[in-house]
Amino acid sequence: MGIKSSLHQLKERFKDNKLAPAFNAFHTFLYTPNDVTKGGTHIKAADDLKRTMNMVIISLVPCLLFGIFNAGYQHYAAVDAANGIIREASFLANFITWENFILGSTKVLPLVIVSYAVGLAVEFVFAVIKGHEVEEGYLVTGMLVPLIVPVDLPLWMLSVAVIFGVIIGKEVFGGTGMNILNPALTIRAFLFFAYPTWMSGDKVWVHQAMERTGTAEAISGETILGSFAQNQEIIYSLSDMFIGFIPGSVGETSKILIILGALFLIFTKIGSWRIMLSTIAGALFMGLIFNQVVDLGWITETSKFYGLMSVPFWEHLLIGSILFGAVFMATDPVTAAQTLKGKWIYGFLIGFISIMIRVFNPAYPEGVFLAILLMNVFAPTIDHYVVESNIKSRLNRIKLKTS
Amino acid sequence: MSKDIIVKKGLNINLVGDAIKTLDISKSSKYYSVYPDDFHGVYPKLTIKADEKVKAGDVLFYDKNNEKVKFVSPVSGKINEIQRGERRKVISIKIEADKEIEYKNLGKLDVKDDKNKIIDYLLNAGLWPFIKQRPYDVIADPNMSPKSIFISGFSSAPLSADLDYISKGSEEKIQIAIDLLSKLTEGEIHMSVRKNSDSILSDLKNITIHNVSGPHPAGNVGTLINKVSPVNKGEVVWTISLQDLILIGSVVESGKFSAERIIALVGSSIDNPRYIKTLIGSGMSTILDKGIQDGNRIISGNVLTGKQTSIKGHLDYYSNTITVIPEGNDYDLFGWTRPIFDKISTSRALTFSWLMPNKKFDLNTNTNGEHRAFVVTGSYEEVFPLDIFPMRILKACMYKDLDEMEALGMYEVAPEDFALTEFVCVSKQPHQDIIRKGLDLMKKELG
Repeated sequence: MGIKSSLHQLKERFKDNKLAPAFNAFHTFLYTPNDVTKGGTHIKAADDLKRTMNMVIISLVPCLLFGIFNAGYQHYAAVDAANGIIREASFLANFITWENFILGSTKVLPLVIVSYAVGLAVEFVFAVIKGHEVEEGYLVTGMLVPLIVPVDLPLWMLSVAVIFGVIIGKEVFGGTGMNILNPALTIRAFLFFAYPTWMSGDKVWVHQAMERTGTAEAISGETILGSFAQNQEIIYSLSDMFIGFIPGSVGETSKILIILGALFLIFTKIGSWRIMLSTIAGALFMGLIFNQVVDLGWITETSKFYGLMSVPFWEHLLIGSILFGAVFMATDPVTAAQTLKGKWIYGFLIGFISIMIRVFNPAYPEGVFLAILLMNVFAPTIDHYVVESNIKSRLNRIKLKTS
Repeated sequence: MSKDIIVKKGLNINLVGDAIKTLDISKSSKYYSVYPDDFHGVYPKLTIKADEKVKAGDVLFYDKNNEKVKFVSPVSGKINEIQRGERRKVISIKIEADKEIEYKNLGKLDVKDDKNKIIDYLLNAGLWPFIKQRPYDVIADPNMSPKSIFISGFSSAPLSADLDYISKGSEEKIQIAIDLLSKLTEGEIHMSVRKNSDSILSDLKNITIHNVSGPHPAGNVGTLINKVSPVNKGEVVWTISLQDLILIGSVVESGKFSAERIIALVGSSIDNPRYIKTLIGSGMSTILDKGIQDGNRIISGNVLTGKQTSIKGHLDYYSNTITVIPEGNDYDLFGWTRPIFDKISTSRALTFSWLMPNKKFDLNTNTNGEHRAFVVTGSYEEVFPLDIFPMRILKACMYKDLDEMEALGMYEVAPEDFALTEFVCVSKQPHQDIIRKGLDLMKKELG
């Protein structure tokens, strides 16, 4: 009672202050406000945007936890491998360990903290300047960003990218709900093009792989995709790929946890199952086409495309970030297609283009984020044609009448 | 003749405080009030002055935009006060009622009379304001001829009056009104009734009955129009509610403007929700207890589309329901993240109303969150049965693109069609208000 009433008095006293949005952002985290309906419906459903966004964050937490352990595990596994010891990944024996957790959390948690601190600071500044409440959009973006970057990414680079992504990707369009590009992917794209040596190649995906390069203790930092692209032998089993005991971006490796997150989002009706399903369908379809091309003998083993083209079509889902992108990135409601029919088309094209980029660009084989950004740009066009058919049927109704 | 309509999308909102079927008669009110604001888009020009004596059925004011449309006094008595607001806008006309109501003789109407005679009678008797039109959801333009007339024969909105109950015994009056209206349109009169309800309305003649099944807004007249014959550009349809049909029938039958109306008194803050017979314009204090104002909201109408009023307010011209529910002006600790069992939600985001489809909820007026930009997509479509893209048309209204509004189907809709999308909106956007302003803009620019 004490806190509630004193916070209420504070809120009333500084109602017209410029910094009121900043105070309210914290206040509304503790208490859903005492606002009542004015005009319109006198009652409202229980959900608000905070709850909706929070569901996405909850669905990402398992991926984050797994990513922390995996960051540690991959480092020690690579060190062992460099010394000639081949590890057999096992949950209890060598994955869930203090050693992995301590190393992983000292690398991953700073990424999370910096991502949130910098991003929310930008949001607060814009909210105060423009005099509106702090919108919740960044809560999800801030969680996604650390999960889609390499573990050793310097924090200052992350800060620069977040500032760029939030301002150019979102605020210049008018803030949450108005942006055309997915902010998390805009941040990743900025990192990719501004600091390519830190974002791609075979040295960045395992902790310390970069700094040990050229020394006696050099370790490998290669992802499965990279190995495929260079037509190398794959040392990971299918179950490793499915559970996630593989190198990669922090939170994208565990397919089983991504699927769990997807089921949670679909069950809570927050994520669009249409987009998830059609993205996967599009990826499988493109994969099948490539498999056919290989089967027909059009591409031989000497081709630089052979490695990825010959991957069985369904294995594409287990490698790289296609699944993570389909579940958490493509489904962003603001940047995705907004009509039901449009969502099918939009998702299918994302999957289709992702695998196409993956196969045809062996230098950087992860095309998912580019495919999603591309389709973000085209989503309004897809919607336009879907809506156009509704408009046409309305016009036809008149024509039928007059004829 | 009867046809079936199945409504698949929608949402039934089950609330505590449904009226039981007993009828009370309200105390007679000392003062009656008419609010010109009840009639959207009407610019009132008064024909009476303060302290003048009026009979029930005497004209109080007419619409300056359409001088034929007249508004009459529901009772006889002395004009007590004409309350004005900014720029001398008329807020309300308050009438001190006589003990015995004296009626103006409006004359009789013969069933064989022609169209113009009927229209003139309805205009002069103050019955015209009960006929509304689409496009624009305003009082019908008497110079236009509607392609058809639509009447909703059941209500699916939360805590609204059971139309079968309030029309019991008035079948003849309804039939009289329908016979008259059928002469005003080239097309048919369409009425919806709940499927398998053996409603007494199914026996009406001169009318096409549609058996509608499905969740709210199955009972909205807008849903019926959209499923039967959507409004095209250049067309006009009329709508009229059942209780107003009864009123028209009774005036035509008796030649007296009797503003009698059976209303449902509902809501979780009402001790014994029930039906009450009263007059249009009656003071809320003759229907409700004084103390009820504390911590509660009094709504003239239902919880989705009604108007907020107070114990000093009066029953408005169109309502058949008074709802009283608790105000929700309190904070909720971690309300945005804790599991919610006592509120309705269409998601399953740690909200559990999906487990209890038959539970009756006691909702208050809290917004359950702050106003935000449109973010979530796909949730409106689940509760919106019309063949229209709801978010598109809302955004078109917000950026005032008249061409796009027209193309997306603005002629077909009324604000009440967007009540459910407003209810489920996680961004807490005022959908009905957006649509109302969009319609007003279109009427001003095109109509």
